[in-house]
Amino acid sequence: MNNLKQSKNIILTNPQKLDCGKEISNFPISYETYGTLNEKKDNAILVFHALTGDQFASGKNPITNKDGWWSYALGSGKAIDTEKFFVICANVIGGCMGSYGPSTIDEETGKPIGTNFPVITINDMVNAQYNLLEHFKIDKLFAVIGGSMGGMQVLQFVSNFPDKAHIAIPIACTSSHSAQNIAFNELGRQAILADTNWKNGLYEQNKTSPDKGLAIARMAAHITYLSKKGLQEKFGRKLQERDDLKFSFDADFQIESYLRYQGSVFVDRFDANSYLYITRAMDYFDLSKQFNGNLSAAFSKTTSKFFVISFTSDWLYPTAENREIVIALNAIGADVGFVEIESDKGHDSFLLNVPEFLDTLGNYLKTNYKTINEKRI
Amino acid sequence: MKKEFKVISELILKNSKVLDVGCGDGELMKFLKDNKTSQIRGLEISKNRVQNCLSKGLTVIEGNAENDLKQFPDNSFDFVILSQTLQAFLDPEKVISELLRVGKKAIVTIPNFGYWKVRLNLLIKGTMPVTENLPNEWYNTPNLHMCTLRDFFNFCSKREIKIFRSLALKNDKTLNLSDKNLAWRNLESQLGIFLIEK
Repeated sequence: MNNLKQSKNIILTNPQKLDCGKEISNFPISYETYGTLNEKKDNAILVFHALTGDQFASGKNPITNKDGWWSYALGSGKAIDTEKFFVICANVIGGCMGSYGPSTIDEETGKPIGTNFPVITINDMVNAQYNLLEHFKIDKLFAVIGGSMGGMQVLQFVSNFPDKAHIAIPIACTSSHSAQNIAFNELGRQAILADTNWKNGLYEQNKTSPDKGLAIARMAAHITYLSKKGLQEKFGRKLQERDDLKFSFDADFQIESYLRYQGSVFVDRFDANSYLYITRAMDYFDLSKQFNGNLSAAFSKTTSKFFVISFTSDWLYPTAENREIVIALNAIGADVGFVEIESDKGHDSFLLNVPEFLDTLGNYLKTNYKTINEKRI
Repeated sequence: MKKEFKVISELILKNSKVLDVGCGDGELMKFLKDNKTSQIRGLEISKNRVQNCLSKGLTVIEGNAENDLKQFPDNSFDFVILSQTLQAFLDPEKVISELLRVGKKAIVTIPNFGYWKVRLNLLIKGTMPVTENLPNEWYNTPNLHMCTLRDFFNFCSKREIKIFRSLALKNDKTLNLSDKNLAWRNLESQLGIFLIEK
């Protein structure tokens, strides 16, 4: 993970108590900003990234040299318009892009912390990122937005800080990680643990790298981000640079080759231990359990206006789970809008070019920013 | 704006909590938001229309009155509006009881199947009526349970639903509607507007 010098950093000196009971302090958070914070400081949006995302939401990612993960939605003239809004996106703790995580170098040993890193939760991630408001002296964010694990962070954020965001937009997410999703995450973790190069998490010290395990974890997860229809239309049974089956275990089919490629590029930019920690945090996420089984209670003090978005072909975080958030909010009379966007692109829809999604998101932000400003005058 | 919407908005008290069921593109919601109350929500089945509403800053949830009203607690709104869609539900009786559970009052508007042109259509032509208000053929109409103004009066009295106010629209003219003038109104008006309560 070189080139990280190009990312912005703050060191959080205040101690933070984690859900596991441990306390951390003097730890780094890496972040990026897009657009300009106005004088009134009322145009700030905090964007939360998903499992394998990072702070490089838009523009060129200096690690991969590819476009940032939310380039379709975030940028000048885009739905989250950086001509208008000041967008902050931070790497979650547990991540591997400069924020405090298992690949952070332990000052005492001079080696990565590895599996000595504490197990963290979505709540811990959000509490760490909250410090960015203070850093920028922002009293109230215009919006908090995120998809997938980013959406979970949105929910946790408004629950923890009920008057710190005018607008909350959780996208393609859930308030409680399902058994199926825990199962998929476990599959990924087991692939990493089964790689003999994992070395109990001390692979850097052993000068090895559990690339195969991490690549398989990514391959399995990648399937869950797409839809059956999308896969069939894109790949079908098309063969990979060959006219007939080879009667071997090579990648005969394009879909095999595609998955192998996805796995191989992933290991260049992601840390295996981070994958373990972050998937664990997702599995532990159960917002209603934090409020004795009453999800509505998580939002009882909220002043935010909510917009929940799901996608028709997302079977990882299906509409029904997103609707549960809407139902919980309606039960307490919160201001909540909801739409399920038609898309064949599966869970990944929120990251891709889905015009109906991008237009609705963009218009929603624009109109509400105007309304909130008018109210203030 | 449609005359019907003007009449509906006159029935709604300032700063009350309102739910517009089947809010369409949010025309009535927008008018109510600008003139009556900021506490207005919508429920709409069409994705495109929901997206339109949300783009305009209106708080709308994608959903269907038959399945999705159950997420709202009892008496969570002062007024629940249902404009010209009661006849399109599989179970209108259930929808009415849900409207009256979620809302303290409901405003229901009904395209009148007792309107003279409709009656004449069936009497003279011997075919299912097609009029300006009911433009579909029998095989493609979304309207499963058409009723007349008298039918709705009868329904309310059978189910012990109080009719707080009732009005009829005749060519965009608002007329009083009561059991006394029902026979005539049921013949001359295209639309009935009912403010009802449990």
